[in-house]
This record gives sequence, C-alpha cells and structure tokens, in this order.
Amino acid sequence: MATAEEIARAADRRDIRNRWYLSAPALLTIFFAAVGPLAIVLVYSFLTPGSYGDVKWQFSPEAWVSVLFERDIFDDTLSLAGAHISIFWRSVKLAIITTLITLALGFPTAYFMATRSEKTRDLWLFLITIPFWTNLLIRTFAVLQIIRNEGIVNTVLMKLGIVSAPIQILYTDVAILIGMAYVYLPLMVLPVYASMEKLDFRLVEAGYDLYASRWQVLRRIIFPLVKPGVIAGSILVFIPAIGAYVTPSVLGGGKNMMLSNLIELQFGQGRNWPLGSALSITVMLIVMVALLVYVRNAGSQEVRHG
Amino acid sequence: MAKSFSIRHQPGFTTIAAVCFVALYMPIIVLVVYAFNEAPSTSEWGGFSLKWFQSASQNAQVIDATLRSFQIAAIAATLATIAATMAALATTRTPPYPGLTFKYAMINQPLMVPEIVTGVALLIFFSRIKIFTGYSGLGYLIAAHTAFCIPFAYLPIRARLENMDLSLERAAADLYATPWQAFRRVTLPLLWPGILAGLMLAFVISLDDVVITEFVKSGGQDTLPTYMLGQIRRGITPEINAISTAFLLLSVVIVTLFFFVSRKRD
Repeated sequence: MATAEEIARAADRRDIRNRWYLSAPALLTIFFAAVGPLAIVLVYSFLTPGSYGDVKWQFSPEAWVSVLFERDIFDDTLSLAGAHISIFWRSVKLAIITTLITLALGFPTAYFMATRSEKTRDLWLFLITIPFWTNLLIRTFAVLQIIRNEGIVNTVLMKLGIVSAPIQILYTDVAILIGMAYVYLPLMVLPVYASMEKLDFRLVEAGYDLYASRWQVLRRIIFPLVKPGVIAGSILVFIPAIGAYVTPSVLGGGKNMMLSNLIELQFGQGRNWPLGSALSITVMLIVMVALLVYVRNAGSQEVRHG
Repeated sequence: MAKSFSIRHQPGFTTIAAVCFVALYMPIIVLVVYAFNEAPSTSEWGGFSLKWFQSASQNAQVIDATLRSFQIAAIAATLATIAATMAALATTRTPPYPGLTFKYAMINQPLMVPEIVTGVALLIFFSRIKIFTGYSGLGYLIAAHTAFCIPFAYLPIRARLENMDLSLERAAADLYATPWQAFRRVTLPLLWPGILAGLMLAFVISLDDVVITEFVKSGGQDTLPTYMLGQIRRGITPEINAISTAFLLLSVVIVTLFFFVSRKRD
C-alpha cells in the first residue's frame, strides 16, 4: 500500500510532467524558429564562403579574422580593417549616445507623468504607449519627412532666415541619432515611469525637511530609488539600437552603415555568409555583455534594498 | 510667501516633458497631413485630396502585400496565443519546480536577441530546409512570426493568471468537475481578457515586423512593411504616406482596444 506521502509525491510528479507537456508547443516553436538556428550561425562562421552565397563545408577561421583584420592580397599580411572598425565604432557610439539622449529626455518625462494626478496619469501613459506600438518603419519614415532638405525643419529655418540653404541632416549620423532617439524614447520612458510611479514622496519631503536642495533631492533620493527603472530602460534602448537595421537603412543612406547593414551586405552583394555569421555572433556578444552588466546591477540593487 | 513650495516640482522637467510629447506626435501628424496632399511632393501643400489613398488601394502590389501581412499576422498570432496560453498555465500558480527558470528564459529569449541576429539565423536555417524539402511557401514566415510573437502573447496572459488564485478551480473540483470541465467553465472565462490582450499584442507585433521578415521572405513574399521599406529606399511618394496613415489608424484602434481589455481588472 502506498503511503499518503507517496501518493502526494506521485501527484506532484504527474503535475510537473503535465506542465512540461503544456509548455512544449511554445518551447519547441521558439527552439526551432528562434534559438536553435543561432547555433547554426556559430557553425557557419567557421566555414568557407561559397562562390554564389551560402558556404562550402570546409573549416576556416578566416571569417573571424576578417571581422577586424584585412589580409593583404599580395603578401598575406594582416592589417586592421578600417571600414569594419569604423562601422563597429559608429554602432557602439550611436547606440550609447541614443541611450543617453533618451535618458536625458525620458527621465524628466517619466517624472512629469508620475507626478500627475492618478486620473490623468493613465492618459499620459496612453499617449506614450501609442507611438510605442505604432510601426517602427512608419515612425522612421515620419522622421525622414521632417528632417529632409525639403522637410518642415529646413523650411521653417529658411523662412525664419536662420539659414539660407537647407542643412543636410538626412543621410548623416545625426539623422540616425535623431531617428533612433525618436523611435526608442518610449522604451526608456515606460520602465522609468514604472519605477517612478512607486516612488514614495514622503522620502522626498523628508529630504526637503532636512534642508536638501532640489538638485540634492533629485540626485540623492529620487535617482537612487528609480535606478532599476533607469537601468532597465537603458538596456531596452541599447539592445535594439546596437542592432538597429531599419533606422540606419532609411535615414543613414548607403554610406553611414551600422553593424546590421554590414551584416545584410554579406548575405547580399558581399556573398560572404561566414563573415555575416561572425558579425552576427559579435552583435550577440555585445548584447550579452550589456545584459550581464544589467543582471549584476539589478542583483546588487536588490541586495541593498533587502 | 509668493509661491507655495511644491515637493514634486523639479525645474525644467515639465518643459522637457512637453517637448517630448510634441516631438513624439509632430512627425506622425505631419505624415498624416501630407497623405491628404493634392501635390505630388511633401514640401508644398496643394490642397486636400484623397487621391493617394485611391491610388494605393488600386495598387496591385499594395493589395497583395496587405493581404499577405494580414494572413501571416492572423495565423501567427493565433498559434502564438494558443502556445503562450498553454505555457502560461504551465508556468504559473505552482511552487518552483525543476526547469521552471529554463522555461522562463526560453520563452523570453526572442526578446533578448537582436532581430538582425535572429533574421540571419533563420535565413541560414530555412535556406537549408528549402534545399532539403523544396518547400518555399509562407510557412517559414509564419513559423518565424509565431516564435517571436509568443513572448508578447505570454506577458498579459501570465499577468492575468498570477492575479487568479486556485480557489475557484478547487471549488469546481470539489463539485466533481473533471479537470477539463474546470478549465473550460472556470479558468478559461476568467483568463479570457488576458488571452484577448495577448492575441492583439501578438497581432500588432507580427504586423509591424520588418527585419526578420526581410531576411526570411522568399521572392514575391513582401509583407506591407517590407514593401514600404523597398519603396522608401527608392524614393518617396505621398502614396507611402497614405498607406502609413491607414496602417497607423489600424494600430491605434488595436492599441486602444488592448488598453481597455487589459485594464478591465475586475
């Protein structure tokens, strides 16, 4: 005869097994159409490019070498690949600046929203959510129309007599920055707002009672309390910004490539799938480093609160 | 004292917030206004006209891409929502069990990997399968969209489930309901708003996708966003403004519905 304990344990086991069956469709779909193929990318990055795209099944570390280096055609010496390095540098730089711009604009916006009355807060939140869920391509296209030479910005500047000829913004790094800051701003505002909403203003009041200035209250009380939201927002902006594809291809023109455009090139005209794979893995690694920083920061934050 | 001291005030914050809200909406408004422009350029105003909507709605490529977008989004969002509902039932309202963390990580994985990387991975993987099977239909796009829609559908469903305790299901079981009956008559009706919210979210996410679709699609499989990207790269006509306006309207309607559905928390 089974004891009550054994029966309970068997029921638990059955429950866990059923839970695996239930989650199987989601896990399998994600495995086959999202996670699994990443392993193939890693394999491809160590193969030899085929002459018409795809690969030859022959081991070669060449793709990884050419992520950063160029091999001289005549004497086989390696030198740093200037074009790749400048694209890497541009991607990282633009992603970081985008994160900083969205933080500088998003933090006060979230603060403004969180300090509204309970009723109007939902309205402001709704106003941020609408651009968040509208198509990224359409929003990028909207920015394109604003900043191009015949666009509203240049028209107004010329009518006001501030400039005599239109400023070339489109197809520059500045255009990519404006575009990315514009499309990713809601990604910063939403998590910062989520932290800010829980802010206990009695602590702020206590700060003022103890003769803190506005700046001191902001820096010593508000900012530390909403730091988890700021870190989450920065990660949410940085990850899509480093891999941004739509914004640089629409606003950067052909010349101002970012990493994703370089990757696309390898699968198109470049016909160098291994290099494209190696570059993709590199983007993944950059993102993983960013996520690690996030996890470590979020972890230490919890410890301090607990 | 001239002015009372407000502890909530921070100098300049309201101005920055105002600038942000204006900056967020101004480009979209300009885009919509120029969709109704008679003149064929976006630098001069030639009077109100619906001709760009008309020409877009008669453009065979646009119709084709629109239908394909809706077809993929409808199938992928439905499949993703079913899978996500099952996964949410399997990962909530339970003491931690071995593999639970793995499941969370796996389900959220598509959110962590940059789209470009997933796009490249699927391009390679599916091109292999294409050689093996000879099949090159919409199935690849649907599979890819289903996978990246699952985490989005999962979020609201899981949130809803975590607010429901097991007492009603236990009561049903006490009244001799079979597990299926309890699910069908108790859990499902309570969970329905979450499922609906998940479905809408997944639908919008699928409809909006550019990057993964751009890499996975075979020739002649343009969705509306990839068609628009191609057109924008070639040079812009107000027809794109008209298509964007219609697209925006649809998104706003879905988001508004989503807001109402997910806010109805008893």
